[in-house]
Amino acid sequence: MGSAPVDVTAPAEANVLTTTYDRIFDWARRLGVRPFLLGLSCCAVGMTPALDPRHNLARFGGRAFRAAPGRSDLLIVAGTVSEKMAPLIRRLWDEMPDPKWAIALGSCAACGGPYRTYAVTPGVDRVIPIDVYVPGCPPRPEALLAGLLELEKKIVPPWVGA
Amino acid sequence: MSDPLLQRGEEIELGFGPRHPAIRGVLRLSLRVDGDRIVDCRPVIGHVHRGVEKLFELQPHADNLSHTDRLDFGSAAAANLAYAGAVEKLLGIVVPPRARYLRTILAELQRIASHLLWLGTHAADLGAMPPFFAAFGERDGVLELCERYLEDYFESDNESEAGQEAGARLRLDGIRPGGLSHDLPAGWAERCREFVESFPARLNGFAGPLTENRLWKKRTVGLGVLSPEVAVDLGVTGPALRASGFAWDLRKALPYEAYGEVDFDVPVGRNGDTYDRYLVRVEEMRQANRIVAQCLDRLPDGPVLAEPSVLEAKVEGETYHGIEGPRGEIGFYLVGDGTANPYRCHFRAPSFAHLQALPELCRGELVGDLVALIGTLDVALEEADR
Amino acid sequence: MEGAAEDPLAMALREELGEAIESARILGGDLTLQIRRETIAEVCAALKSKHGFTYLVDLCGVDFPGREPRFEVVYHLCSPAANRRVRLKVAAGEGEAAAAVPSVTGVWRAANWPEREVWDLYGVRFDGHPDLTRILLWEGFNGHPLRKDFPVEGIDTGAAAATVKVGGSGGGEA
Repeated sequence: MGSAPVDVTAPAEANVLTTTYDRIFDWARRLGVRPFLLGLSCCAVGMTPALDPRHNLARFGGRAFRAAPGRSDLLIVAGTVSEKMAPLIRRLWDEMPDPKWAIALGSCAACGGPYRTYAVTPGVDRVIPIDVYVPGCPPRPEALLAGLLELEKKIVPPWVGA
Repeated sequence: MSDPLLQRGEEIELGFGPRHPAIRGVLRLSLRVDGDRIVDCRPVIGHVHRGVEKLFELQPHADNLSHTDRLDFGSAAAANLAYAGAVEKLLGIVVPPRARYLRTILAELQRIASHLLWLGTHAADLGAMPPFFAAFGERDGVLELCERYLEDYFESDNESEAGQEAGARLRLDGIRPGGLSHDLPAGWAERCREFVESFPARLNGFAGPLTENRLWKKRTVGLGVLSPEVAVDLGVTGPALRASGFAWDLRKALPYEAYGEVDFDVPVGRNGDTYDRYLVRVEEMRQANRIVAQCLDRLPDGPVLAEPSVLEAKVEGETYHGIEGPRGEIGFYLVGDGTANPYRCHFRAPSFAHLQALPELCRGELVGDLVALIGTLDVALEEADR
Repeated sequence: MEGAAEDPLAMALREELGEAIESARILGGDLTLQIRRETIAEVCAALKSKHGFTYLVDLCGVDFPGREPRFEVVYHLCSPAANRRVRLKVAAGEGEAAAAVPSVTGVWRAANWPEREVWDLYGVRFDGHPDLTRILLWEGFNGHPLRKDFPVEGIDTGAAAATVKVGGSGGGEA
């Protein structure tokens, strides 16, 4: 003697969330991205005020700046990349564990900026793959925040349901 | 490793940088240490070399001024003034009085901004975080003033957008050979006065506790002593030189802009250690504030640009023009050959000389004090590398 | 550009140093002395010890390809005590065969890095310099960039920049 099968679809849809491990990890990564501050020149000084109370990068999860590439997952290249520095940036990138992302902050990192000379690499994307470009010379701290939000969309595309 | 001390392991070689949180910019130091003590240090620079001096030779003055902004971004006005001054010397231009006063105001505001940046990062390097946030917050106020200076220039209805288009938070576009590109926007002088009246109290608020703080003193008093003779021999200028007791300030020795017409004191230290360099820079901020207040009071009327056609002027001859930047003497050696582009334009960067002096400060000090020593010299690698 | 015949410092130096000083003019507001290349170190030592020019403000090079010798090394000195500035110029050639400019690092320690920079960017040698190596560029760089015949965007400079296929390891593809 058994009871009739119960249709649990409706309660399940209301109370159970299904997802994948990848989605959970991506969600956690998005909120807790750990930037590595590669401040090379002026843009670094444009970037540092993003931490201050007025701009408050911490709201968007970018608070935990790490000083070692092995402990970070976001490389923010802020400033002009000289040919002397480029191989060192490549090494820093290689030392970072996967998954990792990179933001090119400022015109110099994006394309060499106003420095079309023998000493400057025309864009850090010659050396490492870049996920988000933030233009400006220097970009305002708000522009860095906008770039970080763009990156978060890349880490986890907008949620479209189970 | 042919060195016997290295081979026996009595001294080791340690790399510092090129990327380290304590450094502003990119600097590699090759250290030789004996236990915890630094025996010698060899700075390796050039990681931010951009070839700016080559670019100077290929562009007319108006374009070069946008490059001088970025040479010392902590205080863009200083390099701009030095370049404009060199061109003015060669062309024999007399800058109108109103422009001289306004340029002095901008230069001193940017001196405050540069010293606040130094104070914030130096304190953070030594572990004092509240001054870092406070100094950067204050600096935001100064930068906003500089940004609003360009309000009318870009004719935007939204006043917060105007400066944004130019990236004008750090750059200061407006200084030209002959004066300034445009006059003050409406209301700017009042905003500046509000800042000037409240700044000293706020500065005391976050620098005051640091000055008397036992830990701060323990970490800075007696560290990195530089005697005045050694400082001059190494080409050290600015606050680092004055902290050693050598009273040399180009604003007093060779007055330029409106400095000869306002009252201000030049703080001079006694012991030449890190603590004295800190005291000198904090007092310089107060004096800069005093200069801005006086300039606002005495601001004359009149035009702000000598002759509009100077931007395309052909320059002939050679000259050196040096001014007192926040870090030290900033100068341009300008050679003209009768065309609109300079034939040669060499930038005298104070950080270049100060980095050369770093080994002198480091010898015999502890490795743990290295970040304090780099910070106390207030070096900016972008200007050292050009 | 007037001659500086009546400038007291120029007259005193001419008496002390004689033929080492090839000419004296006022350029851009400063007394400018053309110095014989071999004697620059002695001239600088005399200016420092006897005339108070203890501060070497700047040392740089200029390239005049039409001239022989081609380069000019320019020294800017300052005497804080007298509040006076002076400019010295020395003509220097290129190539290994050309005689080097005596280094003034023995007079002011501040001259060390600027002389390295002139070597790096122009290729002028300084005799007696303790460590004449490139300072702004890297060892292996081909050429001296501030020479007038060096193109601004560079030639095949042996740059060590790595290249990478773009579109590599971003993480988190959904």
